[in-house]
Amino acid sequence: MQEIPINTYTSPNVILELIYRLKVKDVMTTDLVTATKDTPLRAIQHIMREKQVTGLPIVMGKRLIGIVSMDDIIQALDKGYINETAQSHMTRNLIVLEDDMPVSFAISYFDRFSYHRFPVLNKHKELVGMITSRDITSTLLVEINREIEDLEKRTSTTSLSDEMNGEIHTYSIMKNDFENAGYASTEIKKRLKKAGIQPHIIRRAAIASYELEMNLVVHSDGGELIAEYTPQEIQITARDSGPGITDINNAMTPGWSTASEWIRSLGFGAGMGLPNVKSVSDEFTIESDMNGTTVVCTIALKEMEEV
Amino acid sequence: MQVKDLTTLKEYTVQTMENGEEMVEDAYAGDLLSDVMGNAPSDSILITIQAHKNTVAVASLAGIKAIVICNNRSTPDDMLQAAKEEKIAVFTTKDSQFAASCKVAVLLGKVDASKA
Repeated sequence: MQEIPINTYTSPNVILELIYRLKVKDVMTTDLVTATKDTPLRAIQHIMREKQVTGLPIVMGKRLIGIVSMDDIIQALDKGYINETAQSHMTRNLIVLEDDMPVSFAISYFDRFSYHRFPVLNKHKELVGMITSRDITSTLLVEINREIEDLEKRTSTTSLSDEMNGEIHTYSIMKNDFENAGYASTEIKKRLKKAGIQPHIIRRAAIASYELEMNLVVHSDGGELIAEYTPQEIQITARDSGPGITDINNAMTPGWSTASEWIRSLGFGAGMGLPNVKSVSDEFTIESDMNGTTVVCTIALKEMEEV
Repeated sequence: MQVKDLTTLKEYTVQTMENGEEMVEDAYAGDLLSDVMGNAPSDSILITIQAHKNTVAVASLAGIKAIVICNNRSTPDDMLQAAKEEKIAVFTTKDSQFAASCKVAVLLGKVDASKA
């Protein structure tokens, strides 16, 4: 019989990702009860009953030298050597797992071998935990719950983004105001997060708004950042009152920058701003003359169905 | 690994760490903030010499959980205050970005120290 009824090859992707992402150390019990080779089996029996465990690792320092299982105890009671020590009756041929192995390994071990628990060693061969099929199933249940919660959130995105419909927020940005730089972008990010938009889309909007905001701080005489929300998309507009971009083609070339040494020493002015905005946007326009520059970019809040 | 695992590195000083339990899976080294913004993976550690408040803003927007400031640069109070509010950990070290990257890579399990 399969201990853990999960197929490690053909399960749904979410489950496969889980059992490969989770490591044995994320699942195992680290609160260990151990005994030494000199502990009498009778004492081990008492520990098992008290701690409600069905197998006890026998250690010498941090090194694992054997296991006494419930079966061993039953045998000892049956054959009358329960008062002897663990040394001559423990199971010495042990199958162990390593703490860095994916949980999928542990699952297949439980299927392959008839043991109910495996000791877990770290890369220094020290005993660091024990793993039972129960440890795996309960952790998996918690993780699967979380995945399903995410899925539910994603499918309900429509209703959440509807609530933002028509919202417009305008943030005024002052020249060289590094103190408050990033405020507008952070607000936009928070708004999208609250509406339950998917993280990688929020990230694109955050990149676009931050670059535009920094452009206003670094290059303009001051201006505003406007965020407009519809159920389908967010439109971010950066508008300033000058001095204008002399050559837009240059400004759109990665690496090209007019930033001063001081600005560069702060880590800005890498010449990646506008190219970054364009690359994360679904639509992007830029207009500039000596009266100012207007950049409009749009990011769809829901991914188009891939065909 | 967790953010707090960075404290196991010798002479990495915690400046603020409100999120020690958070998991990090990757790291990014860079001093150009728009490069960091565009390329740093989320749930990562940023290794940089940019010790100012705007680094925290970039980290927050990019989903970076911890910042390691290299070359013994000092961290201004307003930076640490912002980091505290955004729940991003800040560490300082005398290591260069290269040395810090190597050590963080080992912590993340990206390279095996015994074979390096």
